[in-house]
Amino acid sequence: MASLKLVPVFLLLGGAALAQTYGVGRAPTAAESAQSITLSPTGAGLPVGHGNAVEGKELYTSKSCIVCHGPEATGGVTSAPNLQAKFGPDHNAWERRGGGDQVAVRAPNAIILWDFIHRAMPLGNEGTLAPNEIYALTAYLLYVNKIIPEDQVLDQNNLTKVKMPIGNEYVRVPDWKPNSPRIPASLLKIPK
Amino acid sequence: MDPKSKSRRELLKGGAAAVGAVAASASVSKIAFAQTPASGALPSYAENEAPMIPLTDDLIGYGVRSHYVTSKRIPSTTGYAISPDEFGLSFHVATPLQDSIGTIQASSLHYTATTKKTFIPDIDPAKHTLMIDGLVDRPRIFTMADLKRFPSVTRFHFIECNSNSAAPTDKTVQQTHGLTSNAEWTGVLLSTLFKEVGIKKEASWFVAEGAEEEKGASTIPMLKGMTDVIVAYGMNGEALRPQNGFPVRLIVPGFEGIFNTKWVRHIKAVDQYQLNMNDYGHLNRTALGAAMIYQIGPKSVITFPSGGQKLPDHGWYEITGLAWSGQAAVKNVEVSTDNGKTWHIAELKNTPHPMAHVRFGYMWNWDGGEHVILSRTTDAIGQVQPSREQLAKALGVEFTPQYRPPGNNNTIMKWKIASDGSVTNGLA
Ligand code: HEC
Repeated sequence: MASLKLVPVFLLLGGAALAQTYGVGRAPTAAESAQSITLSPTGAGLPVGHGNAVEGKELYTSKSCIVCHGPEATGGVTSAPNLQAKFGPDHNAWERRGGGDQVAVRAPNAIILWDFIHRAMPLGNEGTLAPNEIYALTAYLLYVNKIIPEDQVLDQNNLTKVKMPIGNEYVRVPDWKPNSPRIPASLLKIPK
Repeated sequence: MDPKSKSRRELLKGGAAAVGAVAASASVSKIAFAQTPASGALPSYAENEAPMIPLTDDLIGYGVRSHYVTSKRIPSTTGYAISPDEFGLSFHVATPLQDSIGTIQASSLHYTATTKKTFIPDIDPAKHTLMIDGLVDRPRIFTMADLKRFPSVTRFHFIECNSNSAAPTDKTVQQTHGLTSNAEWTGVLLSTLFKEVGIKKEASWFVAEGAEEEKGASTIPMLKGMTDVIVAYGMNGEALRPQNGFPVRLIVPGFEGIFNTKWVRHIKAVDQYQLNMNDYGHLNRTALGAAMIYQIGPKSVITFPSGGQKLPDHGWYEITGLAWSGQAAVKNVEVSTDNGKTWHIAELKNTPHPMAHVRFGYMWNWDGGEHVILSRTTDAIGQVQPSREQLAKALGVEFTPQYRPPGNNNTIMKWKIASDGSVTNGLA
């Protein structure tokens, strides 16, 4: 009975090779799994911690962010981008302009800022910041861009709930299928 | 006198005579060689000051190109960051397409870019591992030795940086198009590893993360991972080079450069589009803008004759270049020598592969007059490389001479040939 059931499965997959596993590799240890730094946009996986802009301002100097990104995050000292947008909240988020990717004002989710500081900054010493420090630095960069008040405490529960200036005004990459054209037909003004 | 020492003296005498004979014959043959060019025969290397390339350890061990061949990569200025910057970080480095021969770039000349401003990590392959976890039945860690136990594939694919867009101020094809290269990649299909770990039904995307300073991570459709993504450890017959992701990287055929995660160390299967810094970079104000920075469109460029080169005289030349598409194999390439009034089917120099460069050629008898030469390609799913005017029209925007296509510019490139044979950027 069991072997009869297997037959259609083999046909469906086009042969045994496709269904094959090789038993190569090993299960990660708990410590290795814990090294994963990939975060979900829901905030699941964020380490416990908290911080506000007042603490963040101190860290911005003591952790030498200021050396590359300039005082008040306004840049101008190195090719590292300024982290404070040129224009304030009276401008559309896409037009506030700054240096780099303007992640503090254009990100739809504050977790992008947290995640980038966590994985990449301070450049040359990345991976040295504690969770509380990252919450505080994130709060500071959101505060200088007038997105949250100076005394707002960010933590693992409210980080992804910060109301970002971009709102819903953004589009992600289109759906992909093999052989689908580069520009989806729906976006062409004259159909091909 | 000791007979032994006598014989030794005689030996020495004889030896000296033998050396003299060799020297005499060498000078005879040198004269003979030196005379041949005057008599109209082929010239000889023997006239060179140093006729032999010294047999250094490098020449024996790994090989060195001729010192007459000087083609080099250059830091690119087309990306949004100048490289190298004051941190000494090289961001984008362009390949010398004007000198390219055939369809692959030598690994030493392959264009490179880093996800963000990062140094090139010096990874010990014996210690490097790739972890695959997330929505899988059996999370696994693979060593490099493990990866090589799986069935391998070897395929040609190009990689192209999204910022590879010709500007009117660019002088050479290295500047206009040098942020794309093609290579032969060897590795294991990601789908093979995904079967090994057992991807759960609800996993619709995966996140691939590199081991460099900024640990660049991109979210890629699970369907793409199941279709043709390669976990590559080999490039053009040898191990990857550090700048190209040693010891292991992803090849995501047709997707813009940044998705081709170098130094890959972690792949996580997830059930929604993630928001890593790289993904954030692909968010756009419009759906069109997002599409134009995702997959590379059908594209071609003439590499000879191209900007900065010169045709020495009128007469026959092979106009040659490269064509590719991010969705399929190239179907055909057409060449025009009259600024697009008439088009001629070019010869494809090898079998076109999906998402790979193919070289084309078209024999042309230059009459010594002024010409604008162009190429355009059509791919196997029917996409045609547009002119700037055609693209503007298709997207419903007004065309002006200053029109800059959004995202990666795949429009037709023009080279201008002056009556003195000099070649310049036709967009200028
Ligand atoms: C050694 C110089 C250096 C130091 C120190 C440094 N950064 Fe950076 N930072 C950079 C560079 C260079 C970039 C641009 C990265 C890129 O574009 O890939 C950057 C990018 C960023 C970005 C992304 C900005 C954007 O919108 O593109 C943020 C946020 C950031 N840094 C925060 C910090 C914080 C917080 C600190 C202190 C903990 C810090 N940086 C310390 C050099 C530095």
